This record gives sequence, structure tokens and C-alpha cells, in this order.
Amino acid sequence: MNRPPIFRFKLYTAEDTENSALAYANILAICKEHLADRYTIEVIDVVRHPQRALTDGIRMTPTLRKLSPAPMRTIVGTLRHTERVLLALGIDVLPV
Amino acid sequence: MNPKPSKPKKSASKALTGVAGFDAITGGGVPAGRTTLLVGGPGSGKTIFSLQFLVQGARHSKEPGIFVAFEETPSRLVTNLDHFGWKIGELTPKRLYFMDAQPAPDLMRSGDFDLSGMLAALGAQADQMAARRIVFDALDIVLSMLPDEATRRREVYRLHEWLLAHQLTAIITSKAGHDETSSPGLQPFGFMQFMVDCAVILNHRVTQGVSQRNIRVQKYRGSSFDENESPFVIDSEGFDVAISRGLGRPDITVTHERITSGIKRLDTMLGGGYYRAASVLITGFPGTAKTTLSGAFCEAACRRGERTIFVCFDSDGSEVMRNLSSVGIQLAKHAESGVLRMVSARTITGSAETLLVRIKSLSKAHRARCVVIDPISTLSSTGNESTAHAVAERLIDWCKSDGITLVCTSLLDETAAQQNGGTPLQVSTLADTWIHLNYLVQAGERNRGLSIIKSRGTSHSNQVRELILSDSGVTLADAYTAGGEVLMGTLRWEKESAIRTANEVAEVETKLKRLMLDAEEAELQVRLKSLQTELVAKQVEKALLIRTRASTKGETSRVKLRLRELRGADAIALRRK
Repeated sequence: MNRPPIFRFKLYTAEDTENSALAYANILAICKEHLADRYTIEVIDVVRHPQRALTDGIRMTPTLRKLSPAPMRTIVGTLRHTERVLLALGIDVLPV
Repeated sequence: MNPKPSKPKKSASKALTGVAGFDAITGGGVPAGRTTLLVGGPGSGKTIFSLQFLVQGARHSKEPGIFVAFEETPSRLVTNLDHFGWKIGELTPKRLYFMDAQPAPDLMRSGDFDLSGMLAALGAQADQMAARRIVFDALDIVLSMLPDEATRRREVYRLHEWLLAHQLTAIITSKAGHDETSSPGLQPFGFMQFMVDCAVILNHRVTQGVSQRNIRVQKYRGSSFDENESPFVIDSEGFDVAISRGLGRPDITVTHERITSGIKRLDTMLGGGYYRAASVLITGFPGTAKTTLSGAFCEAACRRGERTIFVCFDSDGSEVMRNLSSVGIQLAKHAESGVLRMVSARTITGSAETLLVRIKSLSKAHRARCVVIDPISTLSSTGNESTAHAVAERLIDWCKSDGITLVCTSLLDETAAQQNGGTPLQVSTLADTWIHLNYLVQAGERNRGLSIIKSRGTSHSNQVRELILSDSGVTLADAYTAGGEVLMGTLRWEKESAIRTANEVAEVETKLKRLMLDAEEAELQVRLKSLQTELVAKQVEKALLIRTRASTKGETSRVKLRLRELRGADAIALRRK
């Protein structure tokens, strides 16, 4: 009934730049800590697939996009402010 | 020393912007395959300039382009720029692609980021459409999202590298913090100035309520350029940068063709009329018939069928036509037939530059061969004092190069000394022919005097003539200048009639004298004849007398002899034996 939703993310990165690597590490850490298995992350390298950037309207990298649950949210940057990222993505912090 | 390494670049290394004046200033446009920075305050025309550059590339130079919009949505941009007649719709998306790069309002930032994603997307788009040109409009917006100066610098370098790698001719526009852009280090993102190959500054000032726009090339690596501020206006076709004739431009071809001033005697004074493509200046105080004189020229031009444009700043075109018809100058029919275009410019406000551009585009549209501007002193109205002279200079230059004969009137400052007669604009030095109209107040009358102050290349009269306006037309009359006085109007008429009377009297006197002499001669002739007759009579009488005497003598001796014979006078008979 009250099954918690699955979080689907897309992370747009630019090859292996430092920013992109940091962002990936940060979102992975957040997911692992707060979402257990309830998440998927698709990593898209826009340098290798520029058409994706064009169609998805990606201008800056790294960009994290939450596709579900609604509403869709987009966060640009290395995602280093964990608290703000959690808030923006609507992830309830599990009571410890 | 060694000319080879510092060889000047060919114009092939430049990309035309389609902004005619700018291409002239830079000798061919922005550096091809390089980056140009366009800096200016809000509303200074950055977006229009850069779009014109793309439209030029897409339409004329076979160089498709990409417009990266950070500030406005592409659809709004296209709508806003629709009225320039660039038909952007025809070009998109194959030759002109708009990329919406506005940061979404709900975009959240957390930590550092870079522009790689955008550049990757742009790279794909550029390859796909074989783009050669790109514009980043309002790059400052995205740069200001970056947390610190070092990051901004890094991203600008990233962009720079990307542009170089793709060999794109780029324009990056950025807002200037304030008008004074002379110290690039002080303005935001000033470091961009050092990175780019060409930096152009757009200025928009308001002087005494009149908007003045300027464009200035601050630097241009590897090329010479005009370093001065050049005024420009944004008109119905986009940018119009005003440039004066460069030294390198070839001279215009001159003509010896003369065209009439519309007043026969003035043509005579000028030695045959104005030169075709000359610029004629008519100066005078208010009411000295400057408009009438230019109207006469205008009518003559229309009669020849030459398309003419009459720009009146003082009053409406219809008023001018009505007023001129009172002195026999009929312009209405020419206006109806379309040969003449009256432009009532009283309501046109704006900088001198704007006026020039309007006049230019109007005459281009009308394909005018003759242009009348009444009065040109409007150019130097409030707020335009500093630019008006340059504008007038360019106006004259433009007319000359287009073979247009320009007649402009200029109001003289009432307080200015009559002697020097210079116009506030100093157009008088530029004009080829300068006709000055003046009042002569004498014996309770105000009469108009016309004199030619100069007329280049013609032997012109040095005489002051009286300009006479009547309902049958405009004529000139000789003014009496004998004995150090100049007579005009009634005094001239009086003098003329006095001289006419004196002439008549003298003529009659001569006639009378001649008649008397004739009579005397006839009398003498008669006397001569009677004397001759008398002489003949005397001669006859004398001859008769002689003959009578001789016969008498003969008779006497015959009688004596006979008597002797009768008397038998032997003595005689003896004596005979």
C-alpha cells in the first residue's frame, strides 16, 4: 500500500572531469545512504553522446535530473551540499 | 625589418558582419575563425549586431550559424527581430539554429559545474549543420552563476579552447557595467578582453535628451582598424554604422554636367548653373526666401523628370507646396505624379545621426537624384551640437558618391555678424556653392539681396542681385551700386524710371536738332540751286552782249565801205590797187 517510491535519476557528465566524478560520487553516496535499493542512476556522458544533451536540454555539467517521483527536479553541480540536495530531491531522511 | 612574418592578413581572414559601416571600419568584418567580444550596456544593440552577423553568414556568406541565447527565449528573439525584414524564419533551423541556453528559473545549484555539456551539445549541432559562425549572447548571465573568479576564468578558457578547436567565427556578447569601458580591468569579466582577438564596444548615451549611439573597436589582433567611435543607429534594416570616407576609398567620378538652379539669371550668375552632384548651401536670415530658392531648384529638377526628395523640417510638405505656389512654383503636380517626394520631417526627433539615416533611406527608396533639405541647421539642434558637423559632412559625402545634387538651406543665427556669415554647422566650408541671401533695409523697405559667396569650379558673378518674388515667379534684378550706394526695391525702380525719362528727353532733343539741321540743309540746297540758275542767266547775258558787240562792229565797217563805194571814194579804191 504505502510502498516507498523508486527514485530514477539521470546524471549528465562530461567525460571524466573532476566535477562530474564528484557529482557521481556524491549522488551515489546519498542514494546508498537514504534510498537503499530504491533508486536507479543512468549516467550519460554528453561528450560521447552530445545529441542527448541537445535533446534533453542539458547546458551545464554535471546535471542531475530526477525523473520520478514527480515533480521532476534538476540540480546542477557537484551536489556537495547534501542537505540541500536531499531537500530538493524530496528524499525523506530516514530516522536513524 | 623582415616583411615576411608580419605579412598583413588578407581580407579572406575576416568574416563580413553584414553591418556595412562596421565592415568598413575593420576592413572586412570580424576575424574569421576567431572570437570577438561585443561589450555594451543594456539596450546598446548587442543582440541585434550579433544576429545581423549570423543572418549575413547564413544568407550571403554560406556560413550557417548558431545563436546561443542565455537571456531570451529564441521564439521571443525571432519575434522581436521580425521587423528588420531579415526573414529569420526562412533560415531556421538549417542555416540558423537557436539554442535556448537560459538557465531554468527553478534550476538548483549545488557545488561546482562547467559548460562542457553545453559545448558538447553545441559541437554536435555545429557538426550537423556545418556551422561556421556562433554567437553567445549574454554570456555574462551564465558566468555570473559560477561561484568565483577562478571558475569563471576556467570556463571562459574552456569556451575559448572549444571555439578554436571548432574553428568557428564567434561573437560573445557581454554587458558592460557602465558606459566608460576604457579600463577593461575594472569591468566584470574584463579578462575576456585579453582572451579574444577582437573587442568591440557599443555605447549608448543620452545627451540633452537625445540618444546617441556609438560603436568602437577597442582591439583587433593582426589588423588595422578605425580606432574612433563611430556613431550608428538601429533602423528598419538593422545596424547602420556611419563612416566617413576612408583614405583608401577611390575618389568619386566628377561630372561637368550643369543643372539649372531654377532661376535663369542665377544660372547666368553661376556661369551655367549648379554642377551635377554638387552640394549647394543657401544661407540667410528667416524670411529671405531660402525655401523659395530651393523650391525653384526642386521644380526645375522635377520638370526634367528627375526624382527629387524635399525634406522640410520647418513646416509640413503641403504647406511648403502651397506657399511656393504663391510665387509661381508649382510642386503639387510633381508630388502627385510621384517624381517629387515631400517629407515633412518636423516631427522626426532624434539624433542628427538618425535624421541622416532617415534621409538616406528615404532617398534610396525614392531613387532620388536631387535632394533638398530645408533647413539643414536642424541637424545641430539641442543635444546634437557635437555630432552635427560630422553628420553634415557625411551627408554631403554620401550625396556626392551617389551622384545626388544636394541643395540645403541653413538658417543663420540672427545674432551672428552679417559679415562672416558662417553657419553654426560650418557646412559652408564643405559646400561647393554657397549662396547668401540678405535683407537690405533702405528707405522704409526691406528687400532681398542675393549674392554668391563661393561656387567652386565656376566663374561666378561678384554682383549682389535683388531677388524679386512675384506671383509669376522668381527673378533677379540688377541692384544699383553706383556711387557707393546699393539701391533696391522702390528706390531702384525710381532710379530706373528717372534714367528712363532722362533717356527719352535726350532722344527727343536729338531728334529735334536733327530736324532743324535737315531744314537748314534743305534751305541751303535751295539757295544753291537759285544761285546756279542766276549764274547761267548771267553767262548767257554776257555771251549775248559780246556777240551783239561784234556784229555791230562788222556792220559798221561794212556800212562805211558801202558808203565810200557809194561816194566813189577813189582813195580807197586806189589804195586797194
